[in-house]
Amino acid sequence: MKLTGAEIFLESLKKEGVKTIFALPGGVVLKIFDVLHQQKDIQVILTRHEQGAGHMAEGYAKATGKAGVALVTSGPGMTNVITALADAYMDSVPLVCFSGQVPTNLIGNDAFQEADNIGLSRPCTKYNFLVKDVNDLAMTIKEAFYVATTGRPGPVLVDIPKDVSMNKAEFKYPASVSIRGYNPTYEGNKWQIKQAAELIAKSRKPVLYIGGGVVFSGASQEVLELAEMCQIPVDMTLMALGGFPGEHPLSMGMLGMHGTYWANMAMHYSDLVIAVGARFDDRVTGKVSEFCPHAKVIHIDIDPTSIRKNVNVDVPIVGDCKTVLRELIQALRATVNGEQKELRKPWWDQINEWRAAHPLAYEQDPNGVIKPQHVIKRLYELTKDRDPIVSTDVGQHQMWAAQYFKLAKPNRWLTSGGLGTMGFGFPAAMGAQAAFPDKLVLCVAGDGSVQMNTQELATAVANKLPVKVIVINNGFHGMVRQWQDLFYEGRYASSQLGAYPDFVKLAEAYGAVGLRATKVSELDDVIKQAIAIDKPVFLDVPVYQYENCYPMIPAGGSNHEMILSDPPELKEKQKAGKAGTPVAGEDKDTILTA
Amino acid sequence: MEHIISITVENKFGVLSRVAGLFSGRGFNIESLSVAPSLDPSTSMMTIVTSGDDRIIEQIVKQLNKLIDVIKVVDLNENEFVERETALIKVHTKPEDRAEALRITDIFRANIIDSTPGTYTIEVTGSIKKVEAIINLLQPLGIKELIRTGRVAIAREPIRPAVAQPKRVAKE
Repeated sequence: MKLTGAEIFLESLKKEGVKTIFALPGGVVLKIFDVLHQQKDIQVILTRHEQGAGHMAEGYAKATGKAGVALVTSGPGMTNVITALADAYMDSVPLVCFSGQVPTNLIGNDAFQEADNIGLSRPCTKYNFLVKDVNDLAMTIKEAFYVATTGRPGPVLVDIPKDVSMNKAEFKYPASVSIRGYNPTYEGNKWQIKQAAELIAKSRKPVLYIGGGVVFSGASQEVLELAEMCQIPVDMTLMALGGFPGEHPLSMGMLGMHGTYWANMAMHYSDLVIAVGARFDDRVTGKVSEFCPHAKVIHIDIDPTSIRKNVNVDVPIVGDCKTVLRELIQALRATVNGEQKELRKPWWDQINEWRAAHPLAYEQDPNGVIKPQHVIKRLYELTKDRDPIVSTDVGQHQMWAAQYFKLAKPNRWLTSGGLGTMGFGFPAAMGAQAAFPDKLVLCVAGDGSVQMNTQELATAVANKLPVKVIVINNGFHGMVRQWQDLFYEGRYASSQLGAYPDFVKLAEAYGAVGLRATKVSELDDVIKQAIAIDKPVFLDVPVYQYENCYPMIPAGGSNHEMILSDPPELKEKQKAGKAGTPVAGEDKDTILTA
Repeated sequence: MEHIISITVENKFGVLSRVAGLFSGRGFNIESLSVAPSLDPSTSMMTIVTSGDDRIIEQIVKQLNKLIDVIKVVDLNENEFVERETALIKVHTKPEDRAEALRITDIFRANIIDSTPGTYTIEVTGSIKKVEAIINLLQPLGIKELIRTGRVAIAREPIRPAVAQPKRVAKE
């Protein structure tokens, strides 16, 4: 029997096991929406903005490990979803985005709501397809899911012209696909793995540096096994949080620009870095020429281009993290014995010394203004038993969440790492909530970031997605202000927000619940109240405005040269209530070397 | 250092812009690029002349391989190869210069493929040095138009001895 393109779309999605799509209609995709309207197998979540749809699909994908699906219309629908595609591309999120296109005979004619979807999305997708013939549609959808979810995952766009969704073709969904130019390597090279095992066995100061690849590959168990077997400390990138239990004695927490002191010191003084599914981003390496000066580097990654892109590698292993680690553990069993603990004792003594010297700290006056770190710490302590999913926006609050929220399991952490997309957190949390309706989903947001996508409150209310948004409200683009305090002599150019919406009323206006905590003493109760409500909640927490996030490696600085607290001049200014006023003749260099 | 990279790609729309976009997006150089269908009509061959240190070239090769429409990537500089470029040169020829133009054409074993009372169009094929040399010589006559194909290159077939050579044993 022949089906229309729109029906083929639906049937193909069903074959791929899609349960939920995030969508916003428009002229050229009406046929598809019409078909979706008449079925019950796939839930359609109508968003208020296509960027929201894209981030929700990302949140869904990060939480489930399956491809997230978004459906948008041509022209502005497409341009609006670009940010989410670029975000997914940077963070290797499996995403299949369908866009409508003007009818094939009008393509190139500057038709109403026409855009060059393929050209627009090319630099920010793993691959994209324009379907010109309805007979190719099923095969193209199969290929799209295959490309998005295999190898190093990423977003794929399928552009469907209006006539293709209306025309009819015989539906036959292919059982499998093969693309001759696309053959990801999963098995690591045996000889290289042997080399790696030898290096690990004889290293005295090794560090495991794990990235988002560990989460996507499902290699958490293998990392744990390797770390415990060889007594190796585990540094996590922002994307890897949850990939190793945060409270495990071998966990070092996050490394990089705002990583822990001991995680960065361990990297700097290690003799062997074992990078797993990480890409040596500039926020991790700091000054590349001074990165891990004493270490040999083993790099396991499924994407060959990640290897030797930024730093030199001694043992490159191209392959799937899980598969390679399993082989590596096997190879190590032959050489590693109980002596590892003894061999690495001096290394651990050193690490524990670092840990004790500069723990993550903040000062909270019980009667004073709430400190942002305190909010996140209490949120963590009050919710950890419920194994929540946590999303964040981008900025100071994101880094504090990364420092204080010690996730125990993978796929619980939704954050925009590579692209640093403000406005990501709220819709991403909703995407995760759509996948897991019964789970507690938290979003740690900043008052600056969250305003980039508050319109999705309507989506949360309409679709009963009871995410809890905790707004760390400092009235600033906090991270920008921090840089201005440290490197621009306190001139707050466009970082002070100036207008301060009432987030409680905002939530209420949409039919969600708004709460506020203004005193340290009431914080716990309000958090408990928020998580008990079965509705979307905005919890507004006005915090100390001038709190800065430390440790901090200044951009371009070396990893062992961290700023650990506010420089004295800045402290004085804050104390005198003169924050934000430039000091005449202030020497920037003295701040930088603090 | 200059490298010539030969790639086999799917012969379909949009592939050229994927390759070109990769180079522009990542700040790699393209000195020349030529594309045409290969023996198998479903694929095309591209010859890209680029430059960079070893790490950049390694990245270029890896990034090209990562493109889904790219089937095969060969860095020709890893082995021996031959390269050629064709140029079509339209020169002004005053009556007194026509003999000189012919002589230059002859020296370079080039061909005149179009002729008018005031111009010759000369076709020359050869190494980049040869093409540049003839351009230099023709310049004083006045070049009206010049078009170059960019280089194409192919690996040299390794020479295998026709008869098995007796093994040499080093004597001390």
